[in-house]
Amino acid sequence: MTSRKVSIEINGKTYERDIEPRLLLSDFIRHEAGLTGTHVGCEHGVCGACTVQMDGQPVRSCLTLAVQAEGHSLTTVESLAEEDGTLHPLQQAFHETHGLQCGFCTPGFLMSLEPLLGEARDFDDREIREALAGNLCRCTGYQNIVAAVRLAAERMQ
Amino acid sequence: MVTGVEAERVVGRSLWRKEDRRLLTGGSCFVDDFERPGALHAAILRSPHAHARIVEIDATAALEDERVVDVVTSDDLPHPLPRIPMRMFRIDGMERLLQSPLAEGVVRYSGEPVAVVLADSRYAAEDALELIAVAYEPLDALLDATAALDPESPVLHPEAGTNLAGEIHVSFGDVDAAFAEADLVVEERLYSQRHGAVPMEPRGLVAEGADGGGVTVWGAAKVVHTNRRILAALLGLPEDRVRLVELDVGGGFGGRGEFYPEDFLIPFCALRAGKPVSWTEDREENLRALNHSREQTHDTAIALRADGTLLALRDRFYFNTGAYVRTHGAVVPNMSVALLPGPYRWGAYDCTALQVVTNKTPAGTYRAPGRYEANFVRERLLDIAAHRLDRDPADLRRQNLIPASEMPYEVGTHTDNHPVVFDSGDFELLLDKGLQCFDYEEMLRWRAADPGPGRRRGVGVSYFVEKSGIARWEYARVAVGDDGGAVAYVGSASVGQGVETVLAQVCAEALGISYDAVTVSHGDTDVVPEGMGAFGSRATMLGGSAVAIAAEAVRKRLVDAAAERLEASPDDLIIEGDRVIARGSPAVGVPLAELIDGAPEEEEARFESPDMSFPYGLHLVALEADVETGALDIHRYAVAYDVGRAVNPQLVHGQIVGGLAQGLGGAVLEELAYDASGQLVSGSFMDYLLPTAGEMPEVRVLITEDAPTPLNPLGVKGAGEGGTAAAGAVIANAVSDALGAEATVLPLTPERVVDLAHERRAA
Repeated sequence: MTSRKVSIEINGKTYERDIEPRLLLSDFIRHEAGLTGTHVGCEHGVCGACTVQMDGQPVRSCLTLAVQAEGHSLTTVESLAEEDGTLHPLQQAFHETHGLQCGFCTPGFLMSLEPLLGEARDFDDREIREALAGNLCRCTGYQNIVAAVRLAAERMQ
Repeated sequence: MVTGVEAERVVGRSLWRKEDRRLLTGGSCFVDDFERPGALHAAILRSPHAHARIVEIDATAALEDERVVDVVTSDDLPHPLPRIPMRMFRIDGMERLLQSPLAEGVVRYSGEPVAVVLADSRYAAEDALELIAVAYEPLDALLDATAALDPESPVLHPEAGTNLAGEIHVSFGDVDAAFAEADLVVEERLYSQRHGAVPMEPRGLVAEGADGGGVTVWGAAKVVHTNRRILAALLGLPEDRVRLVELDVGGGFGGRGEFYPEDFLIPFCALRAGKPVSWTEDREENLRALNHSREQTHDTAIALRADGTLLALRDRFYFNTGAYVRTHGAVVPNMSVALLPGPYRWGAYDCTALQVVTNKTPAGTYRAPGRYEANFVRERLLDIAAHRLDRDPADLRRQNLIPASEMPYEVGTHTDNHPVVFDSGDFELLLDKGLQCFDYEEMLRWRAADPGPGRRRGVGVSYFVEKSGIARWEYARVAVGDDGGAVAYVGSASVGQGVETVLAQVCAEALGISYDAVTVSHGDTDVVPEGMGAFGSRATMLGGSAVAIAAEAVRKRLVDAAAERLEASPDDLIIEGDRVIARGSPAVGVPLAELIDGAPEEEEARFESPDMSFPYGLHLVALEADVETGALDIHRYAVAYDVGRAVNPQLVHGQIVGGLAQGLGGAVLEELAYDASGQLVSGSFMDYLLPTAGEMPEVRVLITEDAPTPLNPLGVKGAGEGGTAAAGAVIANAVSDALGAEATVLPLTPERVVDLAHERRAA
């Protein structure tokens, strides 16, 4: 299969690789860039575990080809915490409210929700649940994830 | 820093989890994150037919692809083909129905492994699957368990001579007499649909040959040591040449971590290729290959007196076990038979379970296995009886609960030839607390109010007894270093439930040291010599007890040694930081470094508990049904659960709410549905619907500790399954109440709700 040279920026670092045009962005992030915090749960765009941000907007990296990310700026879960290890308020809130169990889906939730919190305002639970509804979690029943978002939103105001 | 005195209260506190940081920051390592240099990638060719003869497998074209290293078929496996054994709950004859890692001659379900491709990338391996030409001669597919025993039906395993994999019969009392004298008999056929665990992380394995002809496998889960034993036997290796390593595990729920065909194939291929082999399933494979569960059809009846007294329960049910008997043998139907009586007094009981093979994916356990189904059956019958007797459902239950004065209570059933004895409990107290806490009276008032045209309101109540602590021992070793840090090595496993946190709490409390000073090590067979793992709500109950005993032994040894030095009573001494000090006089003490000579001070323990423990609980729901669209809106969902003792209440709460999400999925959404030819038609998340945040209500939870078990030093009963156990039952009860028609089939999809609403109108 013919390969193509791409240059993709992830978390401020540029990765240049020769890849097959069919390579999924999720596989590029995980196996070419070695950023395995982004997880793959269904490979058909339903579960949201693979969510990353492209130019600040959440995208499903399993439904995106790596070549489509050329020239865009990506961020993944590895970029959320401070360099000194201080957790992002959303991560800290997940920790305190027990918003994760197995943690496999968690990076996708964090990357989906983080832009929402940038709006820095009050959210009611219905809005929060709507914002969560594109990500599947099999462990928590979502209740503590809703609580985490509520707590993080309060603290970020 | 937490001092020794404060540390005495480590158990019972909602401390934040030790696991979280790595999971929140992308620093975790799930199996597909784990890479070995030079690894080959495996892909599994699976049968497209539910039942067919394999005429020929031609891999020529695949092998011509330069990226492909090998194609492995049953011809390449040792002969006679190894069969994956049962690890528990065997019934004689089931050994004829075990699965070999690759099909030989005949495929018996759509998704059965037929060949393995090894290639230099996963993409190349998946490409090559399409280049393997398999000639099949399709055979008739048998899908319905109730038809499988018909003499006209094909026999799927000719060497067995029957489609009946196993039969369990339990009875006590004079059932016929009870039915003869009954004022009311409620008789129904009730069906619980096939669904399953569906953890968010797909399964995967990485295997690599080791020095001396051994093999290492990463990606083990749930029953790591048991699977090492099975793998060693199937590969013909001594057990000590086989190492299994658990990495981060993305959800278990019963399905993940059993020994599957791939658990043999990937290590086998690594040894054959002389290179590491990596494999991760995709979601469609996960839905076709991971154990299914729950598919039971019950022909059942209860007998009552006019005053509501329960007299007898009779049941004969079919459990659709799929194409082969898997590692659990008969655990699912056994659990149904054992716990179908629930929390009530029955004078007579007669139950027959028929475990039947069909051309569907093999079935196994899923959270609250056998009980979710049994609770649906029993609690439905009780509600139908309440409707006919014009009784409040909660009141009818109260009348028949086993009184606290009769604990321990011998039910008259058994699990794996062991009598079921409820160890402790005050069922009526929990019913009272739950009804009051969740305001049952208010729920009834809400139900009575007019919801508007096309809307109907209903309230559901379901009571259940769970079980915990199956498999009757666990191993732990606790080591304390001279810096005051402790490591608890334990045979329990993590499936994402928080084992590292809970066992650290138990260890810290027993040592009298801070939670932060403890780490938990599990899941590497080279580090932990033996263990039973994580299933059946056992990790805290048995693993926690083993940790507590080992930790107490280490503490005693250190404190005794310090007491000698200080000429003090050991009772007055505590471990504080890196010293043993006198309580209240921290200036008096001995550094641990003077008591511990080099290597950490260690003690081992093997906690044995021959009996299971029985937590119990109550689900309550108030919901509104739309008779035109079939939509269900949950107004209130509440769970009360007595867990004996909660080591970490926040985590118990999380288990209950998360378990309920799965139970609710089973009640209204999830179905592993097949078409008439035996194809799974819900093989994606577009078709197999997991609950989202939009479907899940805010759940009220009451955790009580009124009945600690006498069976272990912690008093804990296990908390993993009560959130799931009665969800199907209570939703069906509430929908039936709302619509005035009796629901007998799960899941209650919009179509079924609309049909039920019509049934009422027709009546």
